Amino acid sequence: MTTPRRETLEKLTPVLTKRWLSPNAWRIEVYEQLDGYAALRKALAVHPDDLIQLVKDSGLRGRGGAGFPTGLKWGFIPQNDGKPHYLVVNADEGEPGTCKDLPLMMNDPHSLIEGVIIAAYAIRANRAFIYLRGEAVHAARRLRNAVQEAYRAGYLGQNILGSGFDLDVVVHSGAGAYICGEETALLDSLEGFRGQPRLRPPFPATHGLYSCPTVVNNVGTIASVPYIVLGGAAWWKSMGTEKSSGPMIYSLSGRVVNPGQYECSMGITLRELIELAGGMQPGHRLKFWTPGGSSTPLLTAEHLDVPLDFESVAAAGSILGTTATQIFSDQDCPVYATYRWIEFYHHESCGKCTPCREGNYWMARIYRRILSGQGTYEDLDTLLDACDNILGRAFCGLGDGATSSVTSSLKYFKQDYLDYIEGRTPPKLSAEQLVGAH
Amino acid sequence: MGFSQETRERAQEIIARYPADHSRSALLPLLHLVQSEEGYVSPAGIEFCAELLGITRAQVAAVASFYTMYKRRPTGDWLVSVCTNTMCNVLGGQEVYDTLAEHLGVGHEETTADGKITLEHAECLAACDNGPVMTVNYEFFDRIDPKAAVEVVEELRAGGRPTPTRGGRLCPLKEMSLQLAGFADPREDAVAGPAASEATLRGVRLAEEHGISVAGFDPSTPIKQGDDRKEAGQ
Repeated sequence: MTTPRRETLEKLTPVLTKRWLSPNAWRIEVYEQLDGYAALRKALAVHPDDLIQLVKDSGLRGRGGAGFPTGLKWGFIPQNDGKPHYLVVNADEGEPGTCKDLPLMMNDPHSLIEGVIIAAYAIRANRAFIYLRGEAVHAARRLRNAVQEAYRAGYLGQNILGSGFDLDVVVHSGAGAYICGEETALLDSLEGFRGQPRLRPPFPATHGLYSCPTVVNNVGTIASVPYIVLGGAAWWKSMGTEKSSGPMIYSLSGRVVNPGQYECSMGITLRELIELAGGMQPGHRLKFWTPGGSSTPLLTAEHLDVPLDFESVAAAGSILGTTATQIFSDQDCPVYATYRWIEFYHHESCGKCTPCREGNYWMARIYRRILSGQGTYEDLDTLLDACDNILGRAFCGLGDGATSSVTSSLKYFKQDYLDYIEGRTPPKLSAEQLVGAH
Repeated sequence: MGFSQETRERAQEIIARYPADHSRSALLPLLHLVQSEEGYVSPAGIEFCAELLGITRAQVAAVASFYTMYKRRPTGDWLVSVCTNTMCNVLGGQEVYDTLAEHLGVGHEETTADGKITLEHAECLAACDNGPVMTVNYEFFDRIDPKAAVEVVEELRAGGRPTPTRGGRLCPLKEMSLQLAGFADPREDAVAGPAASEATLRGVRLAEEHGISVAGFDPSTPIKQGDDRKEAGQ
């Protein structure tokens, strides 16, 4: 492993991850010693609209994958409408490759709680829910503990710090359904229904939880807010690019020497990230990677120098997504990788719309056929045809996302498919698993 | 079966967390609650939830069957989940799953004859930087390999409680279900259980080692206030 060059190291921007080095930062007394709840005091001293403007000025964009401007989203909440407003934190982290929110909630839960209080104050919500992925049990422990501590300290409940502002927070554990990361499915789930997406419009900003104005934000988005309140919009914009401001937690997994969480200025490249991670593992050469989870089209070694910000990744034909960079080498098969993702989407499709439900079901079968050495040339056309019928026709982003790895792997690695079909690559699956595939 | 008085009281506590006219929001935690008593969502558990919320059994069953964490058959004390999604899969997770399935003689969502262990292959568990991962009652065993996985299940079968890499000490699935229903873990040391792995801290540690920090951070930077509001004295 080689030490990264100084200029690459300087792309590291420890902001949201900084407290992770203090092993007891999850306890309120330690958090308070590390700037904790200072942003809340500052925020409660100004008008809520000033906070919305501050977040707009910072250029903060959602960290959950879509990159929607956060201040704009908050500004959509109608005011003086006589309805209760809600803040819902999307903590249902589950996009394959994505693993940034769980460590944040486990290691620094109060930063999320503090962000929740400030955001709720800004949008005039008196109730907030943190919809946490069910399996994330240790994050749940730390968050529930943090909420209790915050109540005891007077940061939650009635008349917070004498401001007249009231807020109650509930940590709500899900029960194992990837689709609940889609914001309207999450709202249905939080209302006690199956997690299925809703037709939009109307949008959650006017008809969200219980049909009331609701902001749904990702964990990383909300946890960024206290830093913006403290350091200001100009400081936040000193990181990242003009349109993609701030630090971002890049999650590196796979064939690098040191996989892990690297918080960097937005716009760092994969080449630099791999350098920070100590290089590729010995004997491995980069073959394909996802810039932001399995729902983002695969990129290749040609794209090592693409700045990983919202605009540049889009220009390269993919999506920044959740900055979950899964790194695969020449020892990994893009056809098999895509097959596993399609099995995932097939399993997680909620069944509401036909393109996603049927499309993923059949694509999984076609992949099994190809990987068992019984694929045909026509299968490749059928895959593309299926994708064509899912993308833009599915009810929500889950279906669209499923097509990403299929179309991109066929674009860059068609030869790998042909090698199975023409018998040069030995079958990876046995034909017994093929019941009903023909 | 009749649910205990304690469970009934807890159910009321759960319902009270949500706005009074939206008690159905309590359904997911209530289903975790019935699992904490019965170990799975039984027909009686479905009826219990339906009665509490004033909805039909079919409405409850439709929800219970949608989510993978609600088990519809008796489940072992120890739910062993192996991630076989793409990243963990290629890093060896599939081999871990196959080895365990053969060793325990069970397949996906099946329970060993002694009723102790239920095996499942899981989709992405959001710990890809520590892959391949396995969880026991949702606590992480990071960078697992087939041999270590077999040792974990053998220790469980022998009545032991292997220590997860991260998270709290293992507790049986019923106890975990109570936490999932939103009740605090009563074990102080469990809350304090380790949360960070080497991988979690890799980037921030690298920055620290090389003295990298973000310049210009001044926590007293004023928040710009709208002119009209400043005049109003806010």
